[in-house]
Amino acid sequence: MWNILHRKLSELVETKSVLRDHIPIIRRFTGGGTVVVDNGTIFVTLICNKDAVPNVQPFPRPIMSWSGLLYGKVFEGLADFHLRENDYAFGDRKFGGNAQSITKNRWIHHTSFLWDYQVKNMSYLKLPSKAPKYRLTRDHTDFICRMKEHMPRSEFIERTIKAVGDEFSVSPVSLDSIDIDSVSEYVHTTRLLTEQEIREASILQT
Amino acid sequence: MACRQLWASRAASYLRISVFHRTFSTVLNNLKYADSHEWVKVDGNSATIGITDHAQDHLGDVVYVELPEVGAAVTQGDGFGAVESVKATSDINSPVSGKVVEINEELSNSPALVNSSPYENGWIIKVELSDNSELNKLMDSEQYSKFCEEEDSKH
Repeated sequence: MWNILHRKLSELVETKSVLRDHIPIIRRFTGGGTVVVDNGTIFVTLICNKDAVPNVQPFPRPIMSWSGLLYGKVFEGLADFHLRENDYAFGDRKFGGNAQSITKNRWIHHTSFLWDYQVKNMSYLKLPSKAPKYRLTRDHTDFICRMKEHMPRSEFIERTIKAVGDEFSVSPVSLDSIDIDSVSEYVHTTRLLTEQEIREASILQT
Repeated sequence: MACRQLWASRAASYLRISVFHRTFSTVLNNLKYADSHEWVKVDGNSATIGITDHAQDHLGDVVYVELPEVGAAVTQGDGFGAVESVKATSDINSPVSGKVVEINEELSNSPALVNSSPYENGWIIKVELSDNSELNKLMDSEQYSKFCEEEDSKH
């Protein structure tokens, strides 16, 4: 499963191998880049009323910096954590990619954490045209790293909950108990791309 | 240094631009502003809408603008489209209510116009106003400049 920035599918994925191997592609409503999602991926999404985080202006850079401080606490003493441009890295190797959506009164900051990955799955991704500077010309396997090589999964989750708990009061909820009330007219959509759409993008790729 | 500032102030008032030294964002005198950082230029019953220099500066490089359809209704304070920068999608909220009569097609090819020319070539939509009195709820250039200064100093 994949998450993907809209449009220009042909620039982001190897459409022929994706079609051949029947890889589902999801277009996400937030911004951000393309990631390979497998059953180890950890997603952390922070949905905040802008007034609940009063020292953070509701724009990408301030939100990103604030999140960098939060995760700095999570990894303190455990790993060489850095916020590099819009990525989370250990040293200069990316392990977390970010995406945001900002509305008038609240914002979402979403991270896809690379717990583990198979090298062959990375071949579905093209080298993005807008790569961060710190990537230099490294290909995927030299650019990213596996979180599982740095800490146990439960420790990452516990430390994240604790770091969030230092800023907010935290309580667990089940997905079933969440009730979606009214939906405003302008609706963001996250959706699965159709095979037809991927085929059309494939024609654009030589 | 003092001479240059004096020249800048004179040039600014001739061109009807306010220049504030602490924030470096441009604010134009003949526009109205929403606290979500959109501007509106009113001409009778027509309005042109875009995002301010403060907004484009804080958003970063715009890579895509999601535009509404011509004919769509917009409501003061509600989202009508979005601006995408590298890692974020940000809603654009309408400072006025009315009907979209034109959208800036240039933004499909050159979304960066929003960054380079937020008040001119980077305009986003044109609207036929449904209620002129709504303009009273918006800020003028002086109020908006002060608002931006407060936002930037608080954070």
